Amino acid sequence: MTHGISIQLNNFLAAFILLTSFALLAQRRIYGLLVIFAWQGFFLSLSSAIVAYTADIRHLYVSAALTLLLKVIVLPYILYALINKLNIFREVEPLVNIPTTMLIGVALVIFSYHLTAPVRELSTLFTRTTLAVALSTVLLGFLMMITRKKAVTQVIGFLAMENGLFFAATSATYGMPLVVELGVALDILIAALIFGIFIFQIRTTFDTLDLTEMEKLKEDS
Amino acid sequence: MLIVSLLGVSLFFAAVLAFVGDRRFAPELNVVASLTSFVISVALALDVYRGGPSVVAGEYFFVDSFSVYLVVLTTFVSATTAYFSKNYMRFERAHGKVSGGKMRFYHAMYQLFIFAMLLALLANNVGILWISMELATLATVLLVSLYRNPSSVEAAWKYFILCGVGIALALFGTILLYFAAEKVVGQGVQGLLWTNLIKINAKLEPRVLALAFIFFMVGYGTKVGLVPLHNWLPDAHSEGPTPVSAVLSGLLLNIALYALIRCKVLVNMAIGGDWAGKIMMGFGLISMVIAALSLYRQKDIKRMFAYSSIEHMGISTFAFGLGGPIATFGGLLHMLMHSLTKSSIFYTAGHASQIYGTQSMAHIRGLIRANPKVGWGLMFGVLAIAGAPPFGLFASEFLIITAAMKTTPVLMPVILFALVVAFAALFRKAQPMVFGDPTHKREDVNFGSLPVYLHMALVLFLGVYIPVFLQNWFLGAVEILK
Repeated sequence: MTHGISIQLNNFLAAFILLTSFALLAQRRIYGLLVIFAWQGFFLSLSSAIVAYTADIRHLYVSAALTLLLKVIVLPYILYALINKLNIFREVEPLVNIPTTMLIGVALVIFSYHLTAPVRELSTLFTRTTLAVALSTVLLGFLMMITRKKAVTQVIGFLAMENGLFFAATSATYGMPLVVELGVALDILIAALIFGIFIFQIRTTFDTLDLTEMEKLKEDS
Repeated sequence: MLIVSLLGVSLFFAAVLAFVGDRRFAPELNVVASLTSFVISVALALDVYRGGPSVVAGEYFFVDSFSVYLVVLTTFVSATTAYFSKNYMRFERAHGKVSGGKMRFYHAMYQLFIFAMLLALLANNVGILWISMELATLATVLLVSLYRNPSSVEAAWKYFILCGVGIALALFGTILLYFAAEKVVGQGVQGLLWTNLIKINAKLEPRVLALAFIFFMVGYGTKVGLVPLHNWLPDAHSEGPTPVSAVLSGLLLNIALYALIRCKVLVNMAIGGDWAGKIMMGFGLISMVIAALSLYRQKDIKRMFAYSSIEHMGISTFAFGLGGPIATFGGLLHMLMHSLTKSSIFYTAGHASQIYGTQSMAHIRGLIRANPKVGWGLMFGVLAIAGAPPFGLFASEFLIITAAMKTTPVLMPVILFALVVAFAALFRKAQPMVFGDPTHKREDVNFGSLPVYLHMALVLFLGVYIPVFLQNWFLGAVEILK
């Protein structure tokens, strides 16, 4: 594989990752969200494998494999099992309607391109144009977390944010040192388990997963 | 060697306590574990005091006077809190608020939490610092929801989501920092080591570091509880078990501020000028004012002191943002005094709510007659936290104000306004709780008053006189943070 092709391929994958971020915003069904999330993880893992091959960095293969395992298999499976167990196939109810959310999303992407401009000028790495996409993914995940009111959708938004961070690490710097990558992966795994425990706790204490029910703790309560 | 054993002790006891479970001696074992950490940390502090900063274990860990000061503070407060938690949690257990399984979980997580905080302080690697901050969040999030009632689950969820998002942004900052360092030192762990970054900071690209600092500020600022990123803090502090509130408020906020200060020093050196400091001053000032005004509206005792924590973290952040020897010295002293005083207040507030069976301040009346030790403890704590002389917080606030007067006299009215409002609010709320007419509903509590007296004595002593070794120690830290 020559250098030029891998740049093209990586930009192509970056576009797909951005596309899946928007798809997460547009998707109304929880099951559909899971599928899109798994695809995003897959593109991410593929992209880091390509960077690893082109730049010949061994430890990035480990990160790519970890991503494939965690983001494509383990986490979607845990969430899938949870959804089945709790019977929450129903539609996702957004707090803000979907077209508006998409427009805000577009604004966020433009904002991230603007913000990362100084970094892009400096970078000599072949992956540099993808940093803006990574930041967009983080911000879009964030947007998803604030515009949805079900606990499970917030979790998926959170994990999409983590995807964006991982993409930033590979695209801006060829991946963080391995010890850091492993630590981060461990933290995410623990976080996902705690999310699972939480969703059960919320279900048993509130009898719903609708977070609008959780509004007791306000000032003057 | 000491560093590794210090980290090992809390990790080892976390495993042991998970195994011991709900046996009768588990709370005592928790105290022993924390005391052991404290003894080792004092030995470590002596080492650093005599021999200066050191880097060990293949450059993975390092200590200097700044980090070792927080290490000693962390282990000390965690030991006294473990002592307090012994009686407090037994009461909760006896009243059926927590089950045996939860006690096992509680003790194991308590030690794991201490481990995470110590790792954050001792790590030489910016990435590991981030990992341990996240680990500290994860260890405490399920402790906040320990009682498993609707409000505690809600508080814990809020804590988890907001801090999770915040700390994710800090990771983005870390990636940008590594990106800048990688240009200079190339791939590998070298690009993330504090000791290395300080050396090469002149070569780091200022624009990237400025961008990174914004992410650090928002990320770690969320964990410090700075306004407007503070929403999780009052909930998490008021709904969790009181020992957890005490360590969250007294220790975890400090650790997050520590991370922020390290980033600020690095970024300021690379950019030149005091850009990062100004941002910190802004956040600190807003936090002070908003938190002080919010104090008036509180009805829940622990919630009120949570807002007071926001105010004091705001003061410390402001002091470190201001920079210069006097303000930095004041900031260091303020972190110490706030930790000691606030944890002691939470001990008494926790027992006060056990006595009356509620956290609502309207129903806590006449503590001085119901339980004089708790009453006096709370009263002295409130006087100290409000900044009344001769307590230590008066001294630290005085130093910070003096420094602010010199450099930014324009801000003086704002700072004084916040301090006066906070003083009045705290005093007005605490006075009837301590001296009012006692209500009838009361429970007897077994109040282990030792930690409260110990903390208050230290705060009082340091308010009047700062020993020479402590002064040298702080001056060493001030030198590092220049």
